[in-house]
Amino acid sequence: MSVLTAHTDNHAHEEHEHHHKETFITKYIFSQDHKMIAKQYLITGLIMGFIGIAMSLLFRMQLAWPGQSFPIFEAVLGKWAPDGVMDADIYLALVTIHGTIMVFFVLTAGLSGTFSNLLIPLQIGARDMASGFLNMVSYWLFFVSSVIMVGSLFVEAGPAAAGWTIYPPLSALPMAQPGSGLGMTLWLVSMAIFIASSLIGSLNYIVTVINLRTKGMSMTRLPLTIWAFFVTAIIGVISFPVLLAAALLLIMDRSFGTSFFLSDIFIQGEVLHYQGGSPVLYEHLFWFLGHPEVYIVLLPALGITSEVMSTNSRKPIFGYRAMVASILAIAFLSTIVWGHHMFISGMNPFLGSVFTFTTLLIAIPSAVKSFNYITTLWKGNLQLNPAMLFSIGLVSTFITGGLTGIILGDSTLDINVHDTYFVVAHFHLVMGISALYGLFAGVYHWFPIMFEGKMLNKNLGYVHFWVTAICAYGVFFPMHFVGMAGVPRRYYQNTAFPMFDELTDIQVLMTVFAIIAGAAQLIFVANFMYSIFYGKVGPVNPWKSNTLEWTTPQKHVHGNWPGAIPEVHRWAYDYSKVDEQGEYILPHQDFVPQNVPLQLDEEELNH
Amino acid sequence: MTTLLILAILILVAVAIWQMTKIFELSQVKTDRQQIANDGDNRNNGYLLFAFLIFIYGITIFSFWKYGKFLLPVAGSEHGAEYDSLLLVSFIIIFIVQTLTQALLHYFGYKYRGEKGKRALFYADNDKLEFIWTIIPVIVLAGLILWGLYTWTAIMDVNDEDDPLMVELYAQQFNWTARYGGADNVLGGANVRMIDIDKANVMGLDEADTYASDDIIVKELHLPVGRKVNFKMRSQDVLHSAYMPHFRAQMNCVPGMITEFSFTPIYTTEEMRENPEVIDKVNRTNVIRAERSLTGDEQLDLWEFDYILLCNKICGKSHYNMQMKIIVESEEDYDEWMKNQKTFAETVLKDEAAPAFNTIKGVSLVE
Repeated sequence: MSVLTAHTDNHAHEEHEHHHKETFITKYIFSQDHKMIAKQYLITGLIMGFIGIAMSLLFRMQLAWPGQSFPIFEAVLGKWAPDGVMDADIYLALVTIHGTIMVFFVLTAGLSGTFSNLLIPLQIGARDMASGFLNMVSYWLFFVSSVIMVGSLFVEAGPAAAGWTIYPPLSALPMAQPGSGLGMTLWLVSMAIFIASSLIGSLNYIVTVINLRTKGMSMTRLPLTIWAFFVTAIIGVISFPVLLAAALLLIMDRSFGTSFFLSDIFIQGEVLHYQGGSPVLYEHLFWFLGHPEVYIVLLPALGITSEVMSTNSRKPIFGYRAMVASILAIAFLSTIVWGHHMFISGMNPFLGSVFTFTTLLIAIPSAVKSFNYITTLWKGNLQLNPAMLFSIGLVSTFITGGLTGIILGDSTLDINVHDTYFVVAHFHLVMGISALYGLFAGVYHWFPIMFEGKMLNKNLGYVHFWVTAICAYGVFFPMHFVGMAGVPRRYYQNTAFPMFDELTDIQVLMTVFAIIAGAAQLIFVANFMYSIFYGKVGPVNPWKSNTLEWTTPQKHVHGNWPGAIPEVHRWAYDYSKVDEQGEYILPHQDFVPQNVPLQLDEEELNH
Repeated sequence: MTTLLILAILILVAVAIWQMTKIFELSQVKTDRQQIANDGDNRNNGYLLFAFLIFIYGITIFSFWKYGKFLLPVAGSEHGAEYDSLLLVSFIIIFIVQTLTQALLHYFGYKYRGEKGKRALFYADNDKLEFIWTIIPVIVLAGLILWGLYTWTAIMDVNDEDDPLMVELYAQQFNWTARYGGADNVLGGANVRMIDIDKANVMGLDEADTYASDDIIVKELHLPVGRKVNFKMRSQDVLHSAYMPHFRAQMNCVPGMITEFSFTPIYTTEEMRENPEVIDKVNRTNVIRAERSLTGDEQLDLWEFDYILLCNKICGKSHYNMQMKIIVESEEDYDEWMKNQKTFAETVLKDEAAPAFNTIKGVSLVE
């Protein structure tokens, strides 16, 4: 069947090229081409990332030098920083929007959106996504939600400030804090649109992977990137609707007087009418998405790492089947561990036991993945390109951050570190930094595919990586100690407790590292923008990779391949494969692309 | 001054980055204009990976040496000792794994750095290895899970054995109030709908409930040492979390719900103040506070150790300053203090007019 579609597609495509001239608008703005949509996702995501990271630098400065006046605060925050001293409400708003932007807009849309769009059709050998139109709608919904989220920063009473988890009643009652007025309404509207975007995107990815694989591309020959994107999309489809429900119910509670999440509230001198709802219900609904969300962020990064690491090690990924099984196991378990965010929420302690059990189980596939990455490096011929360094960095932070999950996932130990800086350090390393490294690895590796053969400058890439890697540990390693000393997160300043006085030194250290790390990202921005326009065009297959995207011409064509879609004859990881005489399968070449048929007497040694 | 310092740092960093780019560039063969790693890049970055491993170990050792003493002192509660040993064992396991895996990862990155003409080993699978590193985490985690669950069940079992002291922790934006069961050690019924500010009934106690009339409402929590305390948590407005880090205790306060936690304090505040770790911490802190008083424009009091209750769930503007002091003292001191506290019946303002009809008495909305 796929042969047939390939051929008819091919025909339709050629005619299409002859008849239509694409206008600027159909090519760059309302494009239905997955490659363009991927670039749109990436650039929107990077802009959101810039905002999110800039916010974190502002509140880190407040934490290191509490109550000090900075001209930059006055310049950026205006009335919320009278005389350059940050206001406590805007501190909470910054923390909230930083979390929201980084988790959803950068690491969900910017990472998964970019690379799912770019790589799914290219690596499975399809002309485009199953529905180019829905793909375009998905991006534009994401764009609208980004605009609304950024717009909410300019609301009179300030943006949402109840933490990125927006637990009611704080988020539901405008009298509880200024950010819970119009700012929160916009937050909810923005997220509702974001979820619609994410769902449309995910459904498209799933359908494309299932239906549009080229001839010979069986599921067990899929590159691990595609497995990761595929499974990520499935988790998204399962869990995002629950967040949509939670958001809608919260909108009901806020605007239409229902009591889903509210009960027995006395605030500002009056009793509210709400009766019978439960904030714990909201927590359940939120984390039913919220925890899978962690893996929605992380799995694409791990998928990218698998591909980049194998290519640059010149070795097959170790344990392909175990990697796929781990992805599936993580995906399954991720939907039944949400309660570990709620051990001390007041839910039944027995449930806490169950969630401890499932949570610690998830450490097993994660451990398998880490060991497989390390073994992939063993006896390789490592080409230490920037993308490879970011992949190694990812494994490093994934291990460091993941290990402390053993503490947090244990309901007993969670009691005293819950909601402290220990948690902040843990999740920033394991999902924040790791996923960002995955994003960077992907950008450095697939930049030539996105920008018609142009390559990012490697030296700037090296500097970017090393400064970022050192600073990331510099910020988040000492942070564990702040948490272990009992400092709660989301405190505007820690001066109200003398027991935290001596921790100010650590705060200063972390902030300095954070500022340097922020500055290092500017190197990336400069490299990225310069290379889009003036980057040097490299070889067609610069990393000597096996996957199908490198068989496309550098100049983008609608439909990806000018001729027939290549047929796949092997898995994606035949690097350094040798025959019985110890010679490479293809002479003088240590890799065998997926579209090369099995050679005479060659065994298909994949797994 | 600080701004200047930051600016200086940023400039220095920029210079450093520029220099590093130069070094990278100079270390490459002139003719090689490709943006693909060559042997020189592989060598440099291989060495840097090794250096990075040393950096990771370095920052770990540095943090322990410099910040290790900042961690919480010995647990002040009975279950705290068990908590701390589970934490210690978990950390030992984590550090062993961390040290080994980071070493392998970065050492392989250094050892197998690419060279032209070198051959990688086609090594796609090994069931035995995979089995080993699946089964080891399974066994280790099974142990941790069992121990953790055993401890968890014991901690979360809030029961009435051993005559526990009944205390309510009441949260509101942005302060804490505590309520004792009084002479009968039973907390009277309460609900936010019965709050009557004009009558000074700020916690919404049921004025008709006889159990409530002897309840004692305080702003500073006193606990007798060695007696189990059963806490009932309530919140009147938004989520809060009652966090008592020195007792390894925490529970959220949820509007519309009563949550529970229970522990037995084992050291009085005085005993804690004599703990060498605590003495060191207090001394260090007071040096800092004295310095700040000298340089800054605010006068900071010298600090004395106290147990503390913090809010640990974002609750609004003054979340960062929502606290209550906890004093653990001997049974006699506690009784003495308790004698001087007024009961709810004494503090609440009575209605002038007698009710014209019978009220429903003794209905507890809480229990």
